[in-house]
Amino acid sequence: MEIIRSQRKPVHIDVVPTLPLYRSAPPLEVRLEDFELYAMDRLRVLKGIADGLSRGKKSEEMKNLADHLWKANMRHLDASEVVNKDIISHFVLRLVYCRTEDLRKWFLSMETNLFRYRLLFEKAEVQRALMAEFDLPYRAASNAELESVKEGLKQVAQSFGQPLAADAIFYKVPFEEVPELVAGRRVFIHKGYAYIAMNQVVSLVSTQFRSHLSKALILTNRKWTSTIREQEKDRLTPIVEALCSSYLGPDYSQPREFAEISIKDIDQIAKSSFPLCMRHLFEKLREDHHLKHGGRMQLGLFLKGVGLKLEDALAFWKAEFSQRVGSERFDKEYAYSIRHNYGREGKRTDYTPYSCQKIITSAPGVGDHHGCPYRHFRTNLQYKEFLGALATNIDGVLPS
Amino acid sequence: MTKEEIENGTADMEIDQRELMNGERSELNAVPDGFNANYLKVYYGKLFPHADIFKWMSYGNDGKHPGCDESYFGRREFSFTLDNDIYLRFQSFNSVSQLENSIKEKCPFKIDIGPVYSVDPAKRHAYAQSGNNVFTPVEKELVFDIDMTDYDDVRYCCSGADVCLKCWTLMTIAIKVIDPALRDDFGFNHILWVYSGRRGVHCWVCDPKARRLTNEQRSSIAEYFRVYKGNENSQKKVSLTSSALHPFLLRSYKVLEEFFEGNLLSNQSLFSTEERYEKILEMIPDESITSELRGKWQDNKKSSISKENINVDRWKHVKKILKSGKQKGQGLGKCVEEIVFSFSYPRLDMEVSKHMNHLLKAPFCIHPKTGRVCVPIDPNHCEEFDPTAVPTLSKLLEEINMGGLGTDDDEWDRTSLGKSIRFFRSSFLQPLLKSCKEEIENSYNAKLQHSKTSLTW
Repeated sequence: MEIIRSQRKPVHIDVVPTLPLYRSAPPLEVRLEDFELYAMDRLRVLKGIADGLSRGKKSEEMKNLADHLWKANMRHLDASEVVNKDIISHFVLRLVYCRTEDLRKWFLSMETNLFRYRLLFEKAEVQRALMAEFDLPYRAASNAELESVKEGLKQVAQSFGQPLAADAIFYKVPFEEVPELVAGRRVFIHKGYAYIAMNQVVSLVSTQFRSHLSKALILTNRKWTSTIREQEKDRLTPIVEALCSSYLGPDYSQPREFAEISIKDIDQIAKSSFPLCMRHLFEKLREDHHLKHGGRMQLGLFLKGVGLKLEDALAFWKAEFSQRVGSERFDKEYAYSIRHNYGREGKRTDYTPYSCQKIITSAPGVGDHHGCPYRHFRTNLQYKEFLGALATNIDGVLPS
Repeated sequence: MTKEEIENGTADMEIDQRELMNGERSELNAVPDGFNANYLKVYYGKLFPHADIFKWMSYGNDGKHPGCDESYFGRREFSFTLDNDIYLRFQSFNSVSQLENSIKEKCPFKIDIGPVYSVDPAKRHAYAQSGNNVFTPVEKELVFDIDMTDYDDVRYCCSGADVCLKCWTLMTIAIKVIDPALRDDFGFNHILWVYSGRRGVHCWVCDPKARRLTNEQRSSIAEYFRVYKGNENSQKKVSLTSSALHPFLLRSYKVLEEFFEGNLLSNQSLFSTEERYEKILEMIPDESITSELRGKWQDNKKSSISKENINVDRWKHVKKILKSGKQKGQGLGKCVEEIVFSFSYPRLDMEVSKHMNHLLKAPFCIHPKTGRVCVPIDPNHCEEFDPTAVPTLSKLLEEINMGGLGTDDDEWDRTSLGKSIRFFRSSFLQPLLKSCKEEIENSYNAKLQHSKTSLTW
């Protein structure tokens, strides 16, 4: 009888990090279409993160949002190509976003956030491996060291409302490496060293990532202005220059069956489903039989986006405006621009509805009703009045 | 006078001089109080420690070791504020004599010390044109500025520019909280505390690591020290979480509590009037507790408790009721601590610490409004420091007059300034220079080693 020894699997000491660090541009060949498409996919992820942050989402939500965005946009049919897409898209966007101070700031911020959220999903070994990648002057504190600072570590843990685990690992790092943790008094510091808990490692690594990327962007900008832009003026440069202002949302130019609405439904739908800004514009339109340009654009494009056909839109706006300015004037002065919005006039661009970002940052003036109520209603009172007027129809709890 | 001086009998001479000044002022020696260019001229001529400042600012780069950076001192920015409010920035000097001569010649009313730049500030325009930010600060001491006016809402003895021994306690507390943290938590060793001349203190942290900190890192240290986040409009300016305090705050609290209960309560009469105790009641977010206390104290007005004890007693009431566990509301967990922190925890000027290019007044300057010298403070004996006894310009000049014909370079040694300069040298400058020399040697040797091992043929 043979006794078969079970195979001892070799222990892998080196854990390959699945998170690329984008240290240097990879020697890969990229197809021109992929150059642009990969970058646009990644840009959707970054803009999605920016959007989430501007809505004030908390970090747990943001983490999940980032994960969702990544999975939705950064897949590839060929599994082995996924990492390449990640790397290529990053480097293309570096070219796009290195060109001005503002662009660099935005890109740096979003890429660091993305990195941080992705890192939070990784296992501890991967996080540790990344620390090593960044040559962080860390080392795990020895038991003797931990003994001597145990009291302090316990107190810090308690200040978070967490008990100190008996076998907790701490990393000893010069305090200047972790300014955020020091500033927030979230670490124990002794003789110039901060004792970092495992879950704080992410903060450490992200700070390093950010600092590396920041320097890289400056270098990229120099290279861009000195050589690349000119060299690539017939090929990559136009793509790069168009990328940061391109629209990346869903394609609204194709009508969708299930998303159509008709005029007879519109009042009902407005009450039940419109977001507050559109509801406000709609109510004002019904009330005044008029809206100024900003309001016409914001509401008009929205209605197009939710499926109001052109013919219905014309009828709808005419029904309202003619009560104020007469139907001839409507046909003469307003109908054209509605057709324009639907891409039937002029350069035939099928304009897309405004994003929240755009609406929030718009600047409604006196007599305007567009913009974002959460941002633009001058006072709490105005907001309350508006909600009060809606209250008969809303079952939910009003903010106090 | 310190205890030692009294015991040694060296106090005698000082008493004599003081009697002389107060009782039988010798017309020849008397110098009326004041601050003006003539006085300053003498001060800069005979007393201001140019050489010490130079040695300090050179950080060991005196050219005696091959590893010295000969350009170092010349890249430091000084600024002078002249008599007519003219402000001269980007002054730089290549030697102690240049520094000294310029000061003597221009007679600045105030000297500020700025950062060490990447190149000599005098040549900054040549470099700015390349547009690559080559003219930029590369080193600067980590500094803190604590000013008594930031405590105006919690001191009743003085306000504005005035300072007395009672409220000076707040500065003592600040030193006793910040100094140990700088040493034990951050590992810094070369720390100089200086009286700002009127109503505050400055702190200079001079370790090499400190000098090379970025703005972000300086900011993080300042934030580590920040607890008070108030303005006139917020009622609760200190907000501590209900769970346990960070070890730094715990340690600081011991100091704060000691001074709050042992000193501030009585000296500032924190509970003696309705207006004053209302201020404290405002910090307690529980109506039932505040009305209970109010009721108790309004009754007390008629009782015979002496004024001195009223503050201590009322504080005892507050502590008892807050710690009794009767609280049903949240936010009471750390209420006692919050009150103590509000009244005593150091209030730093954050902007001063955060920026590398901030210019701070040099030690040993004279404050124009008070005539007092910005002398170093010994953190280990800061409770004994008396801002009202700091030598003034006029007093020093009197002392010089009385010294007779001295041709020494060390005339300062025979004046009240002597003690301060000697302290500066022994407790700060010498250990600092020793450590700098070691660092220069070590890094020089390391470079040699490196170049030896990396030679390839």
